[in-house]
Amino acid sequence: MTNPLKCDFCAKPATVHLTRIENNKVHKVDLCDACAQIKGVTDPTEFSSLADLLSKASLNPEPVAAGVRCEQCGFTQADFKKHGRFGCPSCYDAFKGLLAPMLEGMHKGTTHTGKVPQVALSRRSLSDRLSQLENGLTAAIKAEHYEDAARFRDEITQVKQSAGPKQAD
Amino acid sequence: MTIDSLIATPSELTDNASAKTAIVLMTRIRLARNLVGQPFPGWARPAQRTAVLEACREAVTATAPMKRSLSVAVSGLSDLEKQILVERHLISRELSGSAQGSGVVISRDQTFSVMVNEEDHLRIQVLRSGFQLRKAWNAINDLDTALEDRLDFAFSPTLGYLTACPTNLGTGLRGSAMMHLPALVIAGQMEKVVRAVNQLGMVVRGLFGEGSDASGSIFQISNQTTLGEPEEEIIKRLGSVLESIVEHELNARAKLLEADAGKVFDKIGRAYGILQNSHLLSSNEAMNLLSLIRLGVDLGVFTDGCRAAIDRLFIEAQPGHLQHAQKAPCEPGQRDLLRAARLRSEFANVLRPDFNAAANSRS
Repeated sequence: MTNPLKCDFCAKPATVHLTRIENNKVHKVDLCDACAQIKGVTDPTEFSSLADLLSKASLNPEPVAAGVRCEQCGFTQADFKKHGRFGCPSCYDAFKGLLAPMLEGMHKGTTHTGKVPQVALSRRSLSDRLSQLENGLTAAIKAEHYEDAARFRDEITQVKQSAGPKQAD
Repeated sequence: MTIDSLIATPSELTDNASAKTAIVLMTRIRLARNLVGQPFPGWARPAQRTAVLEACREAVTATAPMKRSLSVAVSGLSDLEKQILVERHLISRELSGSAQGSGVVISRDQTFSVMVNEEDHLRIQVLRSGFQLRKAWNAINDLDTALEDRLDFAFSPTLGYLTACPTNLGTGLRGSAMMHLPALVIAGQMEKVVRAVNQLGMVVRGLFGEGSDASGSIFQISNQTTLGEPEEEIIKRLGSVLESIVEHELNARAKLLEADAGKVFDKIGRAYGILQNSHLLSSNEAMNLLSLIRLGVDLGVFTDGCRAAIDRLFIEAQPGHLQHAQKAPCEPGQRDLLRAARLRSEFANVLRPDFNAAANSRS
C-alpha cells in the first residue's frame, strides 16, 4: 500500500495527521495543509475545536457524533452516559457505533446465539406483510388499478389462510 | 390471592429443605424481556408505563403457571409488604422503590414471579430449592414461550433480546445459586474463591444481591455475561462452577474438622446456647448463628429434622417478616427483642447437640 493518505475533508494529500486515544478507542483524522489551517488545527491553543474535529471525523466504522439521538424516543448519547441504560429498543440501532466496542469487553461474544422468539417473529412478519398488502390494495383502488387491487386482495386472502390453522391451535 | 395468604401458603423457598439443599439452598433464573416499540421503564412517561403494566399483567396472568396468582401494583403495597417480598426474593429492591406503574405477578407456590417495569418491561424469575439449574431453565423457558404467544418482545437477530442495560443483552438470562459456605468463610478462603469465580465470568454477591453483605455465610453466585453463547451453555458453565464451589466447601469442612474440630464445635455449641437463651438478637447476628446451626446439621451434630426450621428462620428472622408476624411495625431495638423471643421458642425444642455423632461419622 503506497497510497498516500488523503484529507478527510477535501481528498487532497494529507500532511497533518491527528490521533486521539480515549477510553481505549482510537480516533484518527488526516488533513491537508489548507484544511488544517481552516480548522485551526495548527493553533495548539484551539484544543476544544480539535476534540470536536476528531469526534466528527473519527475513522470508526460508524462514528457516533456528540449529537446522535434516537429518533424513536429522543434519547441522546449524553443520556446514556448519565444513566448507563438505553431509552428504547430502537436505541440499539441509533447508538450502534457506541455499542460495538463496548460489547466486546462486556460479553463472551458480540452476536446472539441463543433462543429466538420464533412464534412472535413470524407473527410480526406476517402482520407486517398484511399491512403492506392492505396499503397496496387501498392505493390500487384509489388509483383505479382494479387488476392490481384484485391481485392484492387474493394475496391477502392467501396470507390470512396460511396463518389461520396456526392461530387455531 | 393476597399477600397474607401468600405468606401463609407453603412455598418452595421456606418449606422444601432437605439434605439435598445442604450447600446450594436455592437456584434462580431470570430472563429480561421488553416489548417492541415501547420506551424502557426508566425512560417511559407515566402513561406509557401504565399501559405496559396493564398489557403485561394481562398476558402474564393468562399463562398456565400463573393461574390463581397474586398480581399487584407496587403502589398498592405497603412498605412492610414490599419488604416481605424482597426478603422472599420475589421482588428486587429496585422494584420495591420504583415509581408509579410497576407491578409483580407471583405464582401461588412462589416458584415464579414476574416483575413488570423494573429495569426492563419484564423480569421473569423462577426459583427452585436446592441445586436445580436445569429444571429451573426448563420451567422458565416454557413460561417465556407462553408469554411470547401473547406479547411481542423486542428482539434483534444479531443482538438477541434487547434490554435497557447492554449488560443483559442477548439471552437476558441471569442464573444464580444461593450457597451456604460457612467453612470457606471460617477458613478465610472466600476471597480466593471470589477471585477464581470472577475469572470464570461469574459474580459473587451477598444474600440480597448487589451491595448486600454475606451475613450467615450465604452467597449468591451468578453469571456475568449474557451475549455470545446460548442459554444452555451459560447454564452448563454456571453449573460446573457451582459444583466446584460445593467441592471446595466440602474440602474446607473436612480440613477444619481434621485440624481443629474443637474450634468448629465450640462455635456451633455457642450458637446453640445463644439461640436458646438470648434476649436481644440483631438480624445479622441471628443469621450468623443460624448459619452455624445449619453447619451443625450438615455435620450430624443436630438431627436432619431441624433443617427445614432453620431455612425457614433464615427468611422469617428478617425485619419485614418479624414485623408482619407481630402485626405492627416496630423499631429496630424492639425487633431484636422479638427476634430473640422467636428464636428462643424455636430452639427450646431442638435437641442438644451431639458432637460425638459428628466425630463418629467422620471416622
